[in-house]
Amino acid sequence: MRLSPSVTQRIAVTILWTLAGATVGVLLFIVAFILVQGMPHVTWEFLTQAPRSMGREGGIFPMIVGTLWEAALAVMIAAPVGVVTAIYLTEYTREGRLTQVIRFGADCLAGIPSIIFGLFGFVFFVITLGMGFSIIAGALTLALMVLPTIIRTSEEAIRAVPRSYRDVSYGLGATRWDMVTKVVLRSAMPGIGTGIVLSIGRCFSETAAVMLTSGSALRMPTSAFDSTRTLALHFFLLAREGISMPKAYATASVLIVAILAINLCAYWVMRRFVAKVR
Amino acid sequence: MKEATKDKCISLILLAVAMSAISGLAVITAFIFKEGLPIMFRVGVGKFLFSSDWYPQEGSFGIFPMIIGSLAVTIGAMLIGGSLGLGCAIVLTQFCPPRLAALLKPCIELLAGIPSVVYGFIGVVILVPAIAEYLGGPGLSVLAASVVLGVMVLPTVTSISVDAIQAVPRAYREGSIALGATQWQTTHMVILKAAWSGIVAAIILGMGRAVGETMAVIMVAGNTLDLPGGILDPVRTLTSNIALEMGYAAGEHRQALFATGVTLFVIIMALNILALTVSRRRARRVGA
Repeated sequence: MRLSPSVTQRIAVTILWTLAGATVGVLLFIVAFILVQGMPHVTWEFLTQAPRSMGREGGIFPMIVGTLWEAALAVMIAAPVGVVTAIYLTEYTREGRLTQVIRFGADCLAGIPSIIFGLFGFVFFVITLGMGFSIIAGALTLALMVLPTIIRTSEEAIRAVPRSYRDVSYGLGATRWDMVTKVVLRSAMPGIGTGIVLSIGRCFSETAAVMLTSGSALRMPTSAFDSTRTLALHFFLLAREGISMPKAYATASVLIVAILAINLCAYWVMRRFVAKVR
Repeated sequence: MKEATKDKCISLILLAVAMSAISGLAVITAFIFKEGLPIMFRVGVGKFLFSSDWYPQEGSFGIFPMIIGSLAVTIGAMLIGGSLGLGCAIVLTQFCPPRLAALLKPCIELLAGIPSVVYGFIGVVILVPAIAEYLGGPGLSVLAASVVLGVMVLPTVTSISVDAIQAVPRAYREGSIALGATQWQTTHMVILKAAWSGIVAAIILGMGRAVGETMAVIMVAGNTLDLPGGILDPVRTLTSNIALEMGYAAGEHRQALFATGVTLFVIIMALNILALTVSRRRARRVGA
């Protein structure tokens, strides 16, 4: 027996809505569950004190500092390189073999799993270059990880700048470099900013790569050559080694709130940018 | 300096910087292979890949159970994440009122940023005990890892599939509706067919993320060295093998972990290149 089209339509729509409902439900449940369990334990002391007895007591202040330091350093390294690559790809060359090679490199880099970045960072930065487990070794590894995101988003932002802007600035006698730095980059800035903010979020949530490059020291980092333990890794260790569930929930809450805030911020900037271009 | 020379200089400097992504890739490849390949050849590539004896202290290295583990967990993850993600993408683009879609899509994209350790943690506190109680076994299992990874790759699969479906020209849809097809007939006979390569690319990229995920899998997969006999048995994946033992490994043992990395690297590169060719074919077809 064949079902009539209108019946299949109804069945399909029901199934699909169930799937979509389940998806959104599960994702929201995860966030809500962590926040409900963790937020009551997030106190001022928790945010501003050093951990005691392996994190069973006290707070997460050194991890917050270490995470911020590492993410900031990573993005400060990756952003200029990524934006310059995007400028080269869009303004200084034609599509050809060379751009294909550069894009292929970025696409492949984007797909490499973080544990491989970790292995590489460990043997290259930590051992071969003698940096030891340190913030700088972690930041360089993270910089390589987020580079493709920054290249891709900057490229899209630069391409979205209307052609007429370029024509007008050439018409006014600007050189190519003037045109790029004073006109194109300025109007592509919000799009580039979005990519950078998203990259900061990725640095925050990374665990495997930083474990193998920054180590897991609990003390307060005092220089970029100190070992540190990022928030995500601290959370992993608290949960995995069963050190303290309340502290694990609280750390996860801080992490989630920070990342959602960062992503919302990126999204908001992007929305304004899109509205302006249109 | 003349403007033309200056422009040429700037162009060369930019080119040098632009090569950093590809040179980064080259250096990573070189170092991983340099550290991992020698031990692979010393043990014998066939023996390394297809033997089940992983006793680092006695110098016997075989990663077959971990390859199977990675494979099993990834297939499970794609069955869950692929179907849910695709379903979500179809609803968002075809059946959802635009207002609601405009709210849900960013919601899903925001969730893509949740750290994978959080998914793993939820797996440990909710899913693993539930599996142990209702389905039996230790709870830490292929099934638990598949579900956790499936949920983790959902946002990725959904948002790339949405892009692929939205790239289908409006005229296809309108033409099909005008011929009297129902919305569902239009969706699965016209839209999905036209967006197919994009959706396949989304699923392959999701697979790449699932194969490469480390910390979440360590938390829920159980990490035993045996070949899994069913989906309720614990497993160890390639990634977790590296992360679990890297902390204390030295000498040949460490090299063997790099060799595990080489295996993982080759699998990921194959998936990447597959995804790139599939999506490039789509770009050419849509362009024409």
